Amino acid sequence: MGLLSDPSRRKVLTGLLTRLNTPICGMPVEWLVKAMQSRGLEVFTQSFSRKLPFPDENKERYMVRGTNVYGILRAPRAPRTEALVISAPCSPGDSNNQAVGLLLALAQYFRNQVYWAKDIIFLVNEHDLMGTQAWLEAYHHTNITGMEYSPLQGRAGSIQAALSLELSSDVITSLDLILEGLNGQLPNLDLANLFYAFCQKLGVLCTIQGKLQRNDWDTAEGYTHAAQTMMLMVLKQACGRSWGDHGLFLRYHIEAASVRGINSFRHYKTDAATIGRLLEGMVRKLNNLLERLHQSYFFYLLPSLSRFVSIGCYMLAFGLLVVILLLRGVTEAQQVSLPSGPGVLTVLTPVVISHLTGVALYLLPVHLQEMAVEHFPVSETEAVVLTAVAIYTAGLALPHNTQRLLSGEGTEQGWKVLKLTALLYLAVLLGCTALINFSLGFILAVTLVPITASMTPHMPKALSALVMVLLSPAFTVLYCVFIYQELIEAPVSVSEGWMLFLSVISQGILDHALYGSLVYPLLALFIYPCWLMFWNILFWS
Amino acid sequence: MDYYNLLTTCAFIHLLVSIPYAYSNYVENKAGQFFSSGHTNNWAVLVCTSRFWFNYRHVANTLSVYRSVKRLGIPDSHIVLMLADDMACNYRNPKPATVFSHKNMELNVYGDDVEVDYRGYEVTVENFLRVLTGRLPPSTPRSKRLLSDDRSNILIYLTGHGGNGFLKFQDSEEISNMELADAFEQMWQKRRYNELLFIIDTCQGASMYERFYSPNLMALASSQVGEDSLSHQPDLAIGVHLMDKYTFYLLEFLEEVHPASQANMNDLFKVCPQSQCVSTPGHRTDLFQRNPGSVLITDFFGSVRKVEITKDTINLTSSLKPLIQRSGSGDMQIESLTYVDQLPVAEIIHQNAIQGLSYSIMTEGTPVNF
Repeated sequence: MGLLSDPSRRKVLTGLLTRLNTPICGMPVEWLVKAMQSRGLEVFTQSFSRKLPFPDENKERYMVRGTNVYGILRAPRAPRTEALVISAPCSPGDSNNQAVGLLLALAQYFRNQVYWAKDIIFLVNEHDLMGTQAWLEAYHHTNITGMEYSPLQGRAGSIQAALSLELSSDVITSLDLILEGLNGQLPNLDLANLFYAFCQKLGVLCTIQGKLQRNDWDTAEGYTHAAQTMMLMVLKQACGRSWGDHGLFLRYHIEAASVRGINSFRHYKTDAATIGRLLEGMVRKLNNLLERLHQSYFFYLLPSLSRFVSIGCYMLAFGLLVVILLLRGVTEAQQVSLPSGPGVLTVLTPVVISHLTGVALYLLPVHLQEMAVEHFPVSETEAVVLTAVAIYTAGLALPHNTQRLLSGEGTEQGWKVLKLTALLYLAVLLGCTALINFSLGFILAVTLVPITASMTPHMPKALSALVMVLLSPAFTVLYCVFIYQELIEAPVSVSEGWMLFLSVISQGILDHALYGSLVYPLLALFIYPCWLMFWNILFWS
Repeated sequence: MDYYNLLTTCAFIHLLVSIPYAYSNYVENKAGQFFSSGHTNNWAVLVCTSRFWFNYRHVANTLSVYRSVKRLGIPDSHIVLMLADDMACNYRNPKPATVFSHKNMELNVYGDDVEVDYRGYEVTVENFLRVLTGRLPPSTPRSKRLLSDDRSNILIYLTGHGGNGFLKFQDSEEISNMELADAFEQMWQKRRYNELLFIIDTCQGASMYERFYSPNLMALASSQVGEDSLSHQPDLAIGVHLMDKYTFYLLEFLEEVHPASQANMNDLFKVCPQSQCVSTPGHRTDLFQRNPGSVLITDFFGSVRKVEITKDTINLTSSLKPLIQRSGSGDMQIESLTYVDQLPVAEIIHQNAIQGLSYSIMTEGTPVNF
């Protein structure tokens, strides 16, 4: 009873897709509305606009406007209490034209079935994540990111699950599953299992992180391959941005995943009808659910599509790293005798100054961009990024300046108290980060814990300063960029890597402003000041 | 020669005379067997304890047993059917108003004459036990009551999700094997059954009949303790499993049974061996007084009226010895039982009106006077 069972339906589907082979996106709103209405959906549009903190090269200056079009397929017999969403982002050009065609074909097929217990919403959103964000905020009557949107005219009940399609060509050799969402949130593992089960059933090649899984688990190559896949997932999760339109759904407890079609010029190709069957199967399975997906894990790492590492396994590794900090803190606490110490004030000064620097790093790049553009021949984006880098580097010069402000004698006790504070602060910070976004917490722990736990002012200054800088948060990001490029088999040279690094910083600031990603504020307001405190300890005199 | 002829004629006449006598003796013997099973009417209580779309197979199980039981003669008035009944009209059902038991939609067990007595949220442990023991409020309609007497053979079929010693009712409560055993003992003491056949198709079903202690109970289960009962086959169009293995093969077996068939309980015990069912079906007959080989399937699954047509008169002179002793030992006096008297509220209120008035309730032969 699938799409391919009826030859007339198959003909209609291929006809539709051939007609849609021309680039349609640039959001032909009227055409989409008519197409959806002719398929029996209730169609509504939503317009939104957003002022960017700094203009992105791809978009208009400062102001982004767009329109979302969505059609609701009402379940013929069910009450309108639950819904499923299938979305296809519509970017300018022909990067996702096939997905919209498939969406319309699915809508037409679904309309003829009687077994729907939930309404199905077919969403075509403009400007990718921004359109999805506007639609979701309007659907749930919230406004978390300061976007302006027109309210939704039609609504369908509480959304149980969502799928996002990205198909750029009509010839697909494999399907890639994207799970990482905003702030490293992941959908329920059952959704990934569902996708994998259907791929196997229909004989479609499926990948995760763009890599096919291997079957030789006990060989060295198999292990390396799995480790590389898992590292890619860790890096993607750590950067906190949503790697597909589905990522924004996760915040509302809607299990969502993105499916991307890849044409990698293999011998065996899959046509759109098979992909339609796969999606139809997945949607029908989601339709038959009586509750939200909750039986499987929410926190996991995938070395391949058929294996996972659960939180019970990987949190232990992180816990052992944080325990180092706590034990070190206990050692320091034993050596410090508080009543006869220099008092809280000598410790307070470096803490306050570090945090002020962090606040500067967070606020100034965006606020000073006009001034920077006036004085230097750079574009706004470059101005923001370079300001951030400049403030970061300026922070390195702090200890020399704060020493003059400090008047505390008994400096031996002073730095011990500061170290105790900083160790506990870092431990709490890393713990909280790992609870929300494990990968971010783990990467920061791996780079920060060894050097900070063993930091004293009596170490050789030049060498330890160099090591400290090389393990600072900014360099961690740089290493991650290089490792990521290596893992996706597109290694970059140093200069290209540097440009990528700058674009990652700008993307981080943009994600924070537009969608509420927490990576940039965490690094700027908490991790960087903490690192500065240890930098202060190193130069304590 | 003449003597020989006379002897032959006498023998012939004697033979002719004795044939009807032999025949009536045969009929009298048969008449003696009329009540050998001891029951005069049949009841069935069929319970599906699950709800929700993914428990489609439990409803299909119950409906297939319902269908067989109706086909073999038990009328709807003698069947208490308890179902959540949310399958046929479920939004997810691609074939609305049907419940199929065989894939490719061969057999629709829902049909158009199903009478569900307890539907939806009425299928609770309390209602089930009240039906069994008869302790229902006076407003309960007849179709919801088990109006059995001491000459009734009752078939009780349970299906759903179960565990070691319990059966889950509608995802919110459980019935334990002790409660079930006590309910059957109540039924025995109130003379509510002659013989009872208990069939259960759940995981670890054998645990539910472990605790029975009342006489005349025979029990069958689809799996032993520690084993799971498995579902049979999914239908790819409907998208769920349609039947459980044990009931599927039970249905196949029952489809061969017709009201006149002589299949007995030993054949029923052989239904779905482990090679077919994966789980090991079990049965319990130690509380049953007759030999299972002499118990017909139709004694429980059908409502077979024993009718023999004869044109001869039969002398039922010898008293028919009842095969089953009702009480434990022979020399215990059978005391006639009475129902508990209703509280005479009117008299308590109007105390003066009692003077000279005797309030008597005639029960089984013993008048009780106030």
